[in-house]
Amino acid sequence: MTPAATTFHPPREPRRQLNTEPVWVRRLLISLALSFLAFFLFLPLAFVFTQAFAKGIGFYFKSLTDPLTWSAIKLTLLATGIAVPLNCVFGVAAAWAIAKFDFRGKNLLLTLIDLPFSISPVIAGLIYVLVFGAQGWLGLYVNAEHPWFPWLAHWLDEQNFKVIFAVPGIVLATIFVTVPFVARELIPLMQAQGRNEEEAARVLGASGWQTFFRVTLPNIKWALIYGVILCNARAMGEFGAVSVVSGKIRGQTNTIPLHIEALYDDYNFTGAFAVASLLAFLALITLGLKTWVEYQNARQDETEISS
Amino acid sequence: MNKPVQRFLTICLVALAVTAPPIAASAKEIKLLNVSYDPTREFYTEYNAAFIRYWKAKTGDEVSISQSHGGSGKQAQSVVNGLEADVVTLGLAFDIDAIATQSRLLPADWQKKLPNNSSPYTSTIVFLVRKGNPKGIKDWEDLVKTGVKVVVPNPKTSGGARWAYLAAYAYALGQNHQDDVAAKVFIKKLYQNVPVLDPGARGATVTFAQREIGDVLLTWENEAHLVLKEFNSAGYEIVTPHQSILAEPPVAVVERTTKRRGTTAVAQAYLEYLYSDEGQELAGKHFYRPRNAKAAAKFAAQFTAVELVTIDQVFGGWAKAQKTHFADGGVFDQIYHP
Repeated sequence: MTPAATTFHPPREPRRQLNTEPVWVRRLLISLALSFLAFFLFLPLAFVFTQAFAKGIGFYFKSLTDPLTWSAIKLTLLATGIAVPLNCVFGVAAAWAIAKFDFRGKNLLLTLIDLPFSISPVIAGLIYVLVFGAQGWLGLYVNAEHPWFPWLAHWLDEQNFKVIFAVPGIVLATIFVTVPFVARELIPLMQAQGRNEEEAARVLGASGWQTFFRVTLPNIKWALIYGVILCNARAMGEFGAVSVVSGKIRGQTNTIPLHIEALYDDYNFTGAFAVASLLAFLALITLGLKTWVEYQNARQDETEISS
Repeated sequence: MNKPVQRFLTICLVALAVTAPPIAASAKEIKLLNVSYDPTREFYTEYNAAFIRYWKAKTGDEVSISQSHGGSGKQAQSVVNGLEADVVTLGLAFDIDAIATQSRLLPADWQKKLPNNSSPYTSTIVFLVRKGNPKGIKDWEDLVKTGVKVVVPNPKTSGGARWAYLAAYAYALGQNHQDDVAAKVFIKKLYQNVPVLDPGARGATVTFAQREIGDVLLTWENEAHLVLKEFNSAGYEIVTPHQSILAEPPVAVVERTTKRRGTTAVAQAYLEYLYSDEGQELAGKHFYRPRNAKAAAKFAAQFTAVELVTIDQVFGGWAKAQKTHFADGGVFDQIYHP
């Protein structure tokens, strides 16, 4: 999927007969596509919800209000709440730099932004274990017999600041896998928009921040919201990278997806599906928001064209 | 400062305030982390509650115990990498040896610190078959027949899978006058019948019972009994072979961690209480074979008599067995090609 394709809408043209295929071919193709979607997307989703209520509504709410489930929900919201704003700021900054300025290493920056897309999340998790784990760089430094800065090693040991198998590691892993979402959404749009408006603003005497807030930000508003929604969805659902760095301590380092796995392995299948339905529900909200944003975006385009 | 900048900063501050991590709870509460292997989930849930009561009555202190479960080898690796366990209760001694040698978190002679090789309960490897035992599986010999699908986890990551592999190997040695070549042929045939290697015992059980793959599951005795209980409508049957291996899941205090966290006394008491009457009774209730004679007598009826070989007797101890069979390029790598 190219992000540009979803955010850039060509102006609507009057209806014209573009396809000359007979009606039955069109109907066949449409029903094929729909039944495929029903079978592979809708049925499994419906199954999740029916399984979730298999032991009645009381058990469903008991599963959701369990203290371990709550701590998983809180941890997921915390990790998402840190990762999404950070990636939002980073994404806007990176997209702005790439689309509006020329500098050396621009392609390198673009490649780096794409890195989390191209490597497996499990590897992302392992990278953090190798760096921050007790046998990794930082850990070896803290545990070394003769560290270079004994006071620093002592302080780190004293604080017992943990990255891996603790909340910071989960937040780091979540940030890593969601880095590209906002930036990748904005770059094509900002490149297409060019820099004419910003240059005009500067010529008219606006400061850098004014240009950004009055000219650039309104132009990219909907794409930014769209990127944030996608980023949010991925941050909440991330399993692989978080699974490696979590240590799976129940009630402490289990996020919602990890908690679902733990419940499933406890033979508590109904409980697992109940929590899974919560995650699916969050995904559906995300989908709804996404559709709404696309609709708003299209409407704005239309009003701009007609005016 | 102009207005948009102000607004931007306000938004940032609000976002920060909303998402800032909650301040850590008061440090006075005693917290223990027990890093364990897969099939102990139900046992430790109940044992932790019992120990919290006991410790409260004895000292008046509140203690809360967190659990982490997974394949035994994987859990050991997590502890080596910094998972801050106060106690480890793993599937086999080699995994705790690995923690001792790779991270020096506990002394090399950890296994001498508690009675019975630091294993408060024992278990063995049995077969679990589908209702009515349609493939007629009675002993190890039946597992290598063509058309029999055997579900067993990966010995590289799972403790139970290593015990299962060694039990099969010990059987083959006994049948072939201790001939290693013949035993390898047997074990190779056995693993050719394995359609999927799950990373942990619990994953293998779910594969067998929930996803209905395979004809026979090789697993811990306690795990097999638990499946009978959890899936009682499915009519699974336990088949105990005439000979199996004495599996000793060991426990240990991670001394360097508890010293730093000031939890040595309570961690030690937590493990010692496993040997008490109540601990032993709970072990028996969750289908581990208790060490204590009283508890063993009480639960004798639920265990089938089986001839048990030990790892020291057949394989010369865990270190040697691990090196010969499960290390990179060892016998398992030679015979198993997925």
